[in-house]
Amino acid sequence: MSVISKDTTFLGYRRENGRVGVRNHVVILPLDDLSNAASEAVAHNIKGALAIPHPYGRLQFGADLDLHFRTLIGAGCNPNVAAVVVIGIEDGWTQKVVDGIKATGKPVVGFGIEQHGDHDTIMRASKAAREFVQWASEKQREACPIHELWVSTKCGESDTTSGCGANPAVGDAFDKLHALGSYLCFGETTELTGGEQIVAARCANDAVREQFMFMFNRYQDVINRHKTSDLSDSQPTKGNILGGLTTIEEKALGNIQKIGKKCTVDGVIDKAEMPTHPGLWFMDSSSAAAEMVTLCAASGYVVHFFPTGQGNVIGNPILPVIKLCANPRTVRTMSEHIDVDVTGLLQRELTLDQAGDKLLDCMLRTANGRLTAAEALGHREFVMTRLYESA
Amino acid sequence: MIHFVLHDARDTVAVVVVEGVKAGMPLQGWIMDEDKSMTVTARQDIPIGHKVALCDMAAGDTVLKYGIDIGKVVAPIQAGEHAHVHNIKTKRW
Repeated sequence: MSVISKDTTFLGYRRENGRVGVRNHVVILPLDDLSNAASEAVAHNIKGALAIPHPYGRLQFGADLDLHFRTLIGAGCNPNVAAVVVIGIEDGWTQKVVDGIKATGKPVVGFGIEQHGDHDTIMRASKAAREFVQWASEKQREACPIHELWVSTKCGESDTTSGCGANPAVGDAFDKLHALGSYLCFGETTELTGGEQIVAARCANDAVREQFMFMFNRYQDVINRHKTSDLSDSQPTKGNILGGLTTIEEKALGNIQKIGKKCTVDGVIDKAEMPTHPGLWFMDSSSAAAEMVTLCAASGYVVHFFPTGQGNVIGNPILPVIKLCANPRTVRTMSEHIDVDVTGLLQRELTLDQAGDKLLDCMLRTANGRLTAAEALGHREFVMTRLYESA
Repeated sequence: MIHFVLHDARDTVAVVVVEGVKAGMPLQGWIMDEDKSMTVTARQDIPIGHKVALCDMAAGDTVLKYGIDIGKVVAPIQAGEHAHVHNIKTKRW
């Protein structure tokens, strides 16, 4: 019997727009690279505020700029965030991000640096951040039904134990969540290569299948345009190969274990887009861990399952990343990074049903407020996906 | 002790799931999908997570794991040998 049923609840923060978060961050969000220093200064001044520095935001254009805004606005809208202070080099694009986040009804305010300088901006933004932090600190958790918990997944530094153990454990948990009407997400477009027909066969209908294959083929074109003979040791990665993975097909077939045996793929979204109904969504995305997890945060997911084999240490500033591992050597040598040990799966000491439940139990504890290993260790990788060169 | 696991009875390679597999060791295997056992003798040292060949394979043969094509053999492999990037390559890209 599963540890979750339709009557299961978790303790979350209900936001102004009805969505439920499991963290209560006040974020200082830089519009661009130039505003990182002021943002970090504000977060240093005001205890409990969290700066999310990143290297982009200047001279981007077209679809790449759209994705930049979608990622920043999506991160600010994420229900794990209580309130946001946006800081940008100038007022126009700063206001655009503020307006995007304001649609959720949560407190948000923006500050432009030009004609003020860092000192004045930091002072004004710190005053706003102090008010937001004190306001947010009075928010109380309340019991929320399990189907309101949005859960995403992506694996990293995978090895062969990922496909045999940790990824199937996620699949089992996803099958159980899907049956309860949860919002779920997977992606990693290139890492489905060799298993794309399996995903296509799992699509709920022809329209979804057509969208999935469009996204898959679009990314294959990018690879074919830029590839080197060995894909520069990037697919599989050096770490994958060290862990025993030989080909992209082998890696993909392991990867796909994360979508379980029963769930259908119910929809397709582009990078950092928000799903519009419950079910399992495929998001076209990079397979690089921090990029993909950041996109999941921007799409509104509030808890993330991250199976690893060789021991990826990733975290995210606003999306708690739960790591699980089936490789006994990694669990022994990197125990501080692993939230859920599923090594028993490979010695027939743990059934898949039990492993899935172990992960779901950790998910509920994380949702209720327990810090993940990555949160406790201070991993806050916020990495924005770029589509092409700046203008 | 399970030394290696495979997903599907048709698989021609399997994953070593313990540390310290040495040439000459008899290995116990578990076919996960069918919950059955099998054995093979290691012909080489094989690190944890790396694959052991379950049958003899010639260059050009398709390698099966999860019961599915994961690439092609590029150098002959004997049962019990280490199967990895030195004798298997992708068919994509």
